Amino acid sequence: MQASLKSKHVQHDATRKVRLQEWWFRNRALIGYAFIFPWFAGFIIFDAMPFIYNLYLSFTDYQIGTVSTPPWIGLDNYTEIFTEDKLFGKSMYNTLYYLGYSVPLRLIFAFFIALILNLRVRGMELYRTLFYVPTVVPLVAATVIFAGFLNTRYGFLNQFLVLIGAAPVRWLSSPDAIKPSLILLSLWGFGAQMIIFLAGLQSIPDDLYEAAAIDGGTGWHRLFYITVPLMTPTIFFNLLMGLIGGFQVFEQVFILIGTHGGPLQAGLVYMLHVYNKAFRDFEFGYAAALSVILFLIIFVLTILLVYTSNRWVFYGDAQDDET
Amino acid sequence: MIEDPRSKMVRHIMIYAILTVGAIVMMVPLLWTVSTSLKTRDKITIRRLELIPDPIAWENYPYLLEARPIIQYTRNTMIIVVASLFGAWVPCTLAGYAFARIPFPGRNLFFGILLATMMLPYVVRLIPLFLFFDEIGWTRTFGPLILPRLLGHNAFYIFLYRQFFRGIPDDIHDSARIDGCSEFGVWWRIFMPMSRPVLAAVSIFAFSFAWNDFLNPLIYLGSNKELWTLALGLNALQGFEGDDNSLNLIMTFSMLMIIPMLVVFYFGQKHLITGVTASGSLKG
Repeated sequence: MQASLKSKHVQHDATRKVRLQEWWFRNRALIGYAFIFPWFAGFIIFDAMPFIYNLYLSFTDYQIGTVSTPPWIGLDNYTEIFTEDKLFGKSMYNTLYYLGYSVPLRLIFAFFIALILNLRVRGMELYRTLFYVPTVVPLVAATVIFAGFLNTRYGFLNQFLVLIGAAPVRWLSSPDAIKPSLILLSLWGFGAQMIIFLAGLQSIPDDLYEAAAIDGGTGWHRLFYITVPLMTPTIFFNLLMGLIGGFQVFEQVFILIGTHGGPLQAGLVYMLHVYNKAFRDFEFGYAAALSVILFLIIFVLTILLVYTSNRWVFYGDAQDDET
Repeated sequence: MIEDPRSKMVRHIMIYAILTVGAIVMMVPLLWTVSTSLKTRDKITIRRLELIPDPIAWENYPYLLEARPIIQYTRNTMIIVVASLFGAWVPCTLAGYAFARIPFPGRNLFFGILLATMMLPYVVRLIPLFLFFDEIGWTRTFGPLILPRLLGHNAFYIFLYRQFFRGIPDDIHDSARIDGCSEFGVWWRIFMPMSRPVLAAVSIFAFSFAWNDFLNPLIYLGSNKELWTLALGLNALQGFEGDDNSLNLIMTFSMLMIIPMLVVFYFGQKHLITGVTASGSLKG
């Protein structure tokens, strides 16, 4: 500041430019704040305020007709969810069922195929692409494709089953088959995890395997004593992301079987219940309470997983830099 | 390692068998989609497997363009895509640069907040955001879909940039600063050109998330057909069980949504992996 005050003589552009640069140089922090400002503004408007307001809403009876301040009803929404709402238990069960199969199966398929692709056989790039391409298909398109693919009369799967002499299945209209259909659709996208595993596998240094080979280790030894331990951070990452995403499964179900969740509501997942309460029944307060419960479940689960990860996740990566 | 050539061959055959069977299973839904998209209407209702359609109904594609406002859907989708790319290129890289390179008080705190928001499920913000946008009269407009994207409201992109920028040697940054380059200049003249892999990777994410977004357009644009995106248009074309007469057109529409994604993926796949792994995102 002083520098600019002292300069009473005529400034040509060059010196002014230098002054400006000096000023900025000393006030880098301001630039830092300026650079993160758009993100921070977004954080306040689209994250922090909605999060807090959502919490508040969950204690109110905000409905479609509510004009001014929504009436505060304390824990009523929560008591209703836990005591009266049959669909809460149902949708939670459906979601857990979906998660319980789709997340582990995706990880197993992804890890297994990534291991094979990592053997560096000829044509590996082609196979990698073929396994990955389904994940490039937009979710809406993938779901619509599965709706046709699993169509009772005209879908590929049933026509194929008939061809080999098996009985066709009412994939999307029988309560027993809805959840398996959703899991099938989810498995079609295991390439996303596979590619992450593959990147992880390729970063394992070769000399570790060479050392093991010199010591007389077999293929299984290498797999269980080198590959799997070194891959635990990636497995952990995929598991956590899979669970967080799986709890919020929505679009596939919405498109594949509609908002009601299909016959006997066998496909009513948790997010669909939240969506129906908010955007069909317009019970925003109630839906907010449902969403808070889902948040708490995801939050506690994340904490538990991170906390217990010390026991099985191996972070001794040699090429790790700080953070 | 010395290996018996016979067992090596058996092993190779097994590997290729697994990969080939797996790849076929993965590709069948797509092949069926391509095939169905080229079937005539009376062919789809034949209850027999027919992978190569006869006759090939190329006319499904021009017919769909005429029967449905595909051009309009595409334009609407592209508006969201462009907003998303702008956000990913400008505000997100600036924030990533600041987190990686500019020391300012509270940086770690802000970065901690950023990481925390990555874990915040969308569901706990969905309803208040809807009520907020409804309050200011923005529902049935692009506003709610565009504004967050223009601001670069995506912690994941910022995180990827930050990790990548930290990998650029200090010397380059310091020498540019000593030569009198401003932070803005360092970002624009040095970091951005050096960051092609991560820029490409984030651009692919930004494109595909905007192209594929369904829930937000559904909530905000669902009742305004003029502004429907491709995803909404495709969903509307889809009938439920028992109403399958347009199965071929549904697959035609699906192909129209898939092809641009395949093109983006084809040109970007090299960067997708290098960009993400170079950013060290998996190592946290």
